[in-house]
Amino acid sequence: MIHITIEDLNGDREPIEIPEGISLSLMEVLKASDYPILATCGGMALCATCHVGVLEGADALPPVNDAEGAMLDTLPDADADSRLACQLRVDDTINGAVFRLRAT
Amino acid sequence: MITTDICIIGAGPVGLFAVFEAGLLKMRCHLIDALPQVGGQLSEIYPQKPIYDIPGFPDIKAQDLVDNLMEQIAPFHPSFTLGERVESLERQADGSFHITTNEQTTVHCQVVVIAGGLGCFEPRKPDIAGLEEFEGKGVAYMVKNPELFRDRRVVLAGGGDSALDWTVFLANIAQEVTLIHRSDSFRGAPDSAEKVFELAKEGRINLILQSNITSISGNGHLQEITIAAKDKTVTKLATDHLIPLFGLTPKLGPIADWGLQIDKAAIQVDTTDYSTNVERIYAIGDINTYPGKLKLILCGFHEAALMCQSAFKYVYPSQKLSFKYTTVNGIPTF
Repeated sequence: MIHITIEDLNGDREPIEIPEGISLSLMEVLKASDYPILATCGGMALCATCHVGVLEGADALPPVNDAEGAMLDTLPDADADSRLACQLRVDDTINGAVFRLRAT
Repeated sequence: MITTDICIIGAGPVGLFAVFEAGLLKMRCHLIDALPQVGGQLSEIYPQKPIYDIPGFPDIKAQDLVDNLMEQIAPFHPSFTLGERVESLERQADGSFHITTNEQTTVHCQVVVIAGGLGCFEPRKPDIAGLEEFEGKGVAYMVKNPELFRDRRVVLAGGGDSALDWTVFLANIAQEVTLIHRSDSFRGAPDSAEKVFELAKEGRINLILQSNITSISGNGHLQEITIAAKDKTVTKLATDHLIPLFGLTPKLGPIADWGLQIDKAAIQVDTTDYSTNVERIYAIGDINTYPGKLKLILCGFHEAALMCQSAFKYVYPSQKLSFKYTTVNGIPTF
């Protein structure tokens, strides 16, 4: 099992367990868990409606790719811990991480 | 005024295929798209990407699919208004509609089909106090005519490619150019970033990093912006123009005000015919939602076919619809 924690817009934290070997992005998991993520573009790093902050576990994540970096640079409210959930795969790299939802 | 049977808003793959299904039922279509070319996100965003789930095509490049669709619908002579955004919809006494675009193009149609995909890409607006008050009075979200900024004081905000490129461009035109970016580095376009740092070094632009604009003020026209740095220092800067460049974000746009039932930026439809809650308005493709919705091109094609069977009654109220196969009847062109 992969364990992550999500902090919603009110600051409330909830753990999520995801079976290993599942081919999903963090965005898809958040949507499936009924978090208010629009994910308008469907995972192409185009809309930034799945913008999250990484509160814990950022070092283990894969680096920001070009498409994600370009999109994050355009956002008025991104900061050092910003990532796009659609570009993060649900695997060992996110195990134990804490993500904060960002208002979009 | 353009007169047609069905006005399709959105000329992506699903909007295009709707022309074919409508044509089989002798219904004429006019398409409107905010983009300057047909194809929607396929042509605009990923024209060279292969798509693997179009039935009958083991793989097909996005642009090739669009080109094929244009060939497929050519016998039905669709007409197009491209590069214009639908602004308003007006119901006529007989139930038909007048649709007007931002360029004042007007279409009279019996049925409206919204095939808007992700929606319209609109500028992302930063959270700055007073921003909307000065839109068109010093605040602009895109540079349409750079000459407007000649010999003026201009502040640009943002860290993406367009913020960098316009800073470099306007440095030669404006009296004073300031670029404000929340971070101290630029991840995209290293060439443009280097140029911006060079211009700053030469004193030809002001580069203010690790800072955000918090508020703006003026007297009928923008006069001053307030900048807060990460180290909490607050400064004020006099300017004539502010251009926030924070990319584009897809929005429903004016469609959101048409009384349609909307759930999470998608239009709710009845899956028997993909009709909305407003009579004679249908929504197909990525812009609609219903239980089990999949945002797939092939699902949009299916939705287009069922929609046309239902829309027929508004275009030919006195005729009975009989379903025909193209293998039996061919393509009844007009």
